[in-house]
Amino acid sequence: MEILLRAVIGGVVVSAFALLGDVFQPKRFAGLFGAAPSVALASLGLAIASNGKLYAALEARSMAGGAIAFFVYAYCVCVVMMKYKPSAMLCSLAMIPIWCATAFGLWMLWLR
Amino acid sequence: MKVHADFSALRRTKWYEYAIRFLFGGIITAITGMIAKKFGPQVGGLFLAFPAIFPATATLLEKHEKQKKEQKGLNGTKRGRLAAGVDAAGAAMGTGGVLVFALIVWKLLPGNPGSMVLAGATLAWVIVAISIWGAEEKIRQLQRKHLAAKSIQRLRTR
Repeated sequence: MEILLRAVIGGVVVSAFALLGDVFQPKRFAGLFGAAPSVALASLGLAIASNGKLYAALEARSMAGGAIAFFVYAYCVCVVMMKYKPSAMLCSLAMIPIWCATAFGLWMLWLR
Repeated sequence: MKVHADFSALRRTKWYEYAIRFLFGGIITAITGMIAKKFGPQVGGLFLAFPAIFPATATLLEKHEKQKKEQKGLNGTKRGRLAAGVDAAGAAMGTGGVLVFALIVWKLLPGNPGSMVLAGATLAWVIVAISIWGAEEKIRQLQRKHLAAKSIQRLRTR
């Protein structure tokens, strides 16, 4: 039940930020909403309610590492898309290992 | 280019495209919770900044930009892909705000009301992300001006 609730709240929050990204122009500005803390807002609210504030604060600490990894990922996607112009789906999915490597690298070095 | 809202973009998005984003967001949020439960908040927290919706958004943007060009009888493949690249640049700028959001929640949450900290951190995300975008726009404007001035000078010396 908790997972279902989490999924519904996450879906609503993520969709709301995605709508903002659709509406705004220019696209460089709208792209800001692609990196909105939508999953974090849904997850942290639930984490505070079910596991307490200290638990949620620990999650937020690791989220900082995830945010740095997101920057590296988005930068790589941007460079590859601009230079080689592959399909957006192929490029954005193929680059996910870059996020994983950076996030877990930071976790090993800093957050563990 | 000035920032403005174009609500006609909402009509271009099909119902199943909204559903895909809802599903992506829901699944990632649920998986994040499961990871945190199994491996602890230190690992689960990393996924709070996972690019959950980015691939779906970039793909939809590419498709919509391509369709717009094709309605004018042009091949929009290149335009669509460039638009997705520009969207990625915006996302990269937005991550500065996400980092500040995470740091505020980490430092302030233990001693303050949760709803206030989340609201404040979201506001900080908006301010930081827009400031980074604004600073980058200014730099790009200056670069364009500098290039234009250089071209004029080159033409005059010929």
